[in-house]
Order: sequence, then structure tokens, then C-alpha cells
Amino acid sequence: MLEHFSHIVTVFLLVAGLFIIVARGNLIKKLVGLSILQTSVYLLYIAPGKLLGGTAPILAPQFSIYSNPLPHVLILTAIVVGVATLALGLALAVRIREAYGSIEEDEILALDRAEDPA
Amino acid sequence: MSLALHLPALQVVLPLISAPLAVLLRHGGLAFATVTAAAWTAFACAIGLWLQIGQAEGGVISYAIGNWPPPWGIEYRVDRLASFVLLLVSGMAALVLPWSRASIEREIPRDLHYLYYAMFGLCLTGLLGITITGDAFNIFVFLEISSLSSYVLIALGRDRRALTAAYQYLIMGSIGATFIVIGIGFLYLMTGTLNLADMALRIREVENTRPVLVALAFLTVGISLKLALFPLHQWLPSAYTYAPSAVTAFLAATATKVSVYVLIRFYFTVFGESLVFDKLPLPQIMLWLSLIAMFGASAIAIFQDNLKRLFAYSSVGQVGYITLGLSFDSVNGLTASIVHLFNHGIAKGAIFLLIGGLVIGMAKAGAVPPAPTFDRLAGLAKRMPLTSFGIVIGGLSLIGVPGTVGFVSKWYLIVAALEKDQFWLVGAILLSSLLAVAYVWRFVEVAYFRAPPVGQEARCEAPLALLLPAWLLVIATIWFGLDTSLTVGSALDAAQQMVKSGR
Repeated sequence: MLEHFSHIVTVFLLVAGLFIIVARGNLIKKLVGLSILQTSVYLLYIAPGKLLGGTAPILAPQFSIYSNPLPHVLILTAIVVGVATLALGLALAVRIREAYGSIEEDEILALDRAEDPA
Repeated sequence: MSLALHLPALQVVLPLISAPLAVLLRHGGLAFATVTAAAWTAFACAIGLWLQIGQAEGGVISYAIGNWPPPWGIEYRVDRLASFVLLLVSGMAALVLPWSRASIEREIPRDLHYLYYAMFGLCLTGLLGITITGDAFNIFVFLEISSLSSYVLIALGRDRRALTAAYQYLIMGSIGATFIVIGIGFLYLMTGTLNLADMALRIREVENTRPVLVALAFLTVGISLKLALFPLHQWLPSAYTYAPSAVTAFLAATATKVSVYVLIRFYFTVFGESLVFDKLPLPQIMLWLSLIAMFGASAIAIFQDNLKRLFAYSSVGQVGYITLGLSFDSVNGLTASIVHLFNHGIAKGAIFLLIGGLVIGMAKAGAVPPAPTFDRLAGLAKRMPLTSFGIVIGGLSLIGVPGTVGFVSKWYLIVAALEKDQFWLVGAILLSSLLAVAYVWRFVEVAYFRAPPVGQEARCEAPLALLLPAWLLVIATIWFGLDTSLTVGSALDAAQQMVKSGR
């Protein structure tokens, strides 16, 4: 159980994020769910890169086991992408609030339907 | 010549540079000139690569970014399929950009024009990058570049529903992209490499392990979200309906097509046919989802009142034909997919460009163009004969009438179905074409057989700057329907290369 700890956390975050996106109608909360979903991926990459007893990949005579630095680099990129997605999502939420006066999905849908019944 | 050696890098870097330049210039006209020049150069690069690939050894051009040899560095890898898709994407950009200058004048506030061009440049960069890169994580990065910029482009639409459509697309698209990274992550954990070609070799040792199958599942679902495979298509109709016309035309012609390319790349190059098609029930799942898309989405399209929405649903249906070709797992099936990817791209691009011209022709000078709903289109053939006729030809191609590109793709689909002795599928393909007849006929009926509303009989053809690029595409749909040496030839070469590499 404990040796799979990071995987259990990853799966929990993944499912929790997806659940929030599906179950919540608030546009901001959906974005929170999306961020949690993306965070689970960071963990999925980072955790296997760490070797027990391994050190940072800086060559030195007294060390022989190093952690893999590549996942960190990849996830640094993924974090940047995640920030950009969140920023764009929040900007859209602000614009939606200005246009509709609401950030609740059901109210927005009701407004759209009232405007155009088709 | 050394420049010719660097075409793969220039292909992506030029549009990438043009985007921040457009922002720095802060002037609509200058930004337009910069991004259009970049798109045309990218098109020239794509043609250059396409010519080079014919002579290249094994039909593959490999380019090591920063001279870091693969599999350590990022490799740009152009094979026949990639060069064919590059041609489509950069060609559409080179055509849509000049078109969009006159169009966004009416649809987007003037102080936002330079941002529109910057986003267009970024979107083009992303799509070209996805196609050309040989690195799995690089695919994800370029995918996000193109996705984020396309969310912004869609949100630029004048209707406030463009904002909700963009938001919905952002949520769905990000879930899809996250699933793709998860899939790539599992593949990286199992093979220890991110280079697709290297991955393909190493995956043989671990192909029966569960993480590889999980990776396949995550990648399939993630990419299917992006390519709008039924039932993961919900973001598409609204996004296409409310986006500015130029954006709809460009995305409809390229974005979903590039996602299909990514799916083909992972299925045939990385996982290999035997893993994807023999050990899992994936062909059956894909076959049925494709059939539901072909019938379901086309049937929904018939009942739409907004012309843009109608053709958006038709896009979902047409994606079904592309994935149907994939599910056959044969050279002919793959050829049909690749040809249809190109053919549907130009036909749908032509239709959406014509609809864009149509709404601008209908609007009074300076006014925001109205939505192209059927009650506004009555008697359109008298008011805009060229536009209406073009849409009809595009529609004929969606149906698959001989002499248009749609016929060529359906022909190869039917050949592939017969090859597998699936006679009922031939019937299904023909029956689903009848649904396309129905939705195209709705337009014909309204435009040609109804009298224009009183007081609106005057000719109001779209401006020439909008008609010309659109008609170029319309002529292309006929040209490539008659002379198939370029399209089918390239697709057949590409399919043979893909199937060979997957064995």
C-alpha cells in the first residue's frame, strides 16, 4: 500500500479533478477542477523520476545514484502550460460574467435559451 | 544549399516569430503583412519539404534541433504523411489569412486586429509543430500552443455565446490534452524515451504490459476529444458556429485534421498495428463510433437552422468517415482516411469561407454581420449567385458526387470495405451519404426555390476579396476530384510508409 502511495495520490487527484469539472456548474470551480486534474499529471511524471537514495544530477565523486532530471524539465513546461490555460480560462470567465452577469452554467444556458429558443 | 537543409526548422520557427512581432507592431495592417508573409513562407517550406521527401532516402527527412542527435535531442521528422498534412495546413493558412483581412474588418473590433493575427500565427505554429515533430512531449507542447490560441480566436466572435463556446472548448480541450500527456507519460515510463521512432523500437519489449495498454487508452480518448470523434464532439458545433468566419474556416479545415494525424502517428508509428488492431477490440469500437457519427451527426445537421451550425455537425459526421477508414487497418483504408482528411479540409474550408462572405454580403455597410439562419437565406441564389453556387459545389463534395473530391475519398473507403468483405458497410456509406443529400438540399431549397424577401431582391454578392480565395478552394475541390494524382498518390505513398513502419 505505502509503496504505491504516490500512485494512489495521483489517481485520487485525477478522479477528483475530473469529478469537479463534471459535477460543478460554477465556471471558476470547473477551472479549479481542471487545475487539480493537471496537478495529478505533474505527480505522475515527477514521482517515478526520483530514485531512493538518489541525488540531484550534479556529477560528484562521492555520488553514484542520480535522480532522472528529465521529468522535472518536462513538468516545468507542463506547469507553464497549466498556468496559461488557467489564466485564459479565468479571463474567459471574467468576459462571460461581463456579458451574461453570471458565472453559473445553468443560468448562462437559461439566458441563451431565452434569447434563441432553437 | 544550406537553406534547404533547414526547411523543417524554418517551417515552424517563421510563424512562431511572426506572432510576437505582430503584437509588438500593434498595427492591424503591419501585423497582417507579417503573419501573412510568414504563412506564405511556411507554405513555400511545405512545398519544398514535399519535393525533398520524394528524393530523400527512405522517404524521411530527420532534422536534429540544435544539433542534438535524436533520441536525446528533439527531432523534427518529416515523412510522406507529415509533409502531406503540412501542405494542407500551411496552404489553408496562406489562403485564409488574406481572406480574413476583409472579413474581420466587420467581425472583430479594429483595435483587436493585431491580436487576431498574432493568435492566428501561434495557432498555425502549433498545428505545423504537431505535424512535424518527432518527439512525444513536443507534440503536447505544440498541441497546447495551437489549442490555447484557438480558444482565444473563437472567443473573438461577436456573439456572446462565442465566449461560452470558447470556455467549453477550453475545458474539453484541456481534459483531452491532459489525457494525452498522461498517455505520453506512461509510454515514457515504460520505454524511457520520448522520441517517437525510438519509442516504436523499445515498445516491442514491453508491448504486453498493462501501462502500455493504459497509455493507448488515454491517448485514444484524449486525441478523440481533440478530433471530435462522436460522442466527444460536443465542443465543436458551438465553437464553429460562434467563432469569426475566418477562424471557423481555418479550424474546420486544419485543427481536427491535425488531431487525426496525431492519432495515425501514435497508432501506426508508435504502437504498431498488431498492438492496436489485433489484440484489442479497438477497430470494432472505432467502427461503431464512426458509423454513429456518420449517421447521428449528419441526421442532427439536417435539423439545424443556422447554416454554420449545420455544416459544423456535418464536420462531426465527416470525421466519422476518416476514423472509419482507420478502423479497417489496411493500406486502402488508411489511404481513404488520409485522402479524406485533405479532401474534407478543402471542401469544408471552401464552404465556411463562402458562408463568411455570405454573412458580410448580407450585412448593411458597417453593421455586424447577422447569423446565417435559413429564414434570412431565402432566395439567396438570386442575390448572391456565385456564393450560393460555390456552397452547392462544396455540398456536392460532402455528399460524394463524382467529379468532386468527396467522391474520391468515398471510393477508397468502399474499396477498403469490399477488401474486407464488409458489404453491409458499403450500404452504410451510401446510406449516410443520403443524409448529406438531405442537409445540402435544405440549403438548395431555401436558396434556389424560395423567393427573396420583399425589398431584398437586389444583388449583394460578397466582395471580390472574399469570393476569390473561397472560389480557389471550390475549384480545388473539383480539380482534385478529377485529377487525383497529387492527393491519392501522396496518400497512398504515406499509407504504405505508415503501414510498413508499423510492422
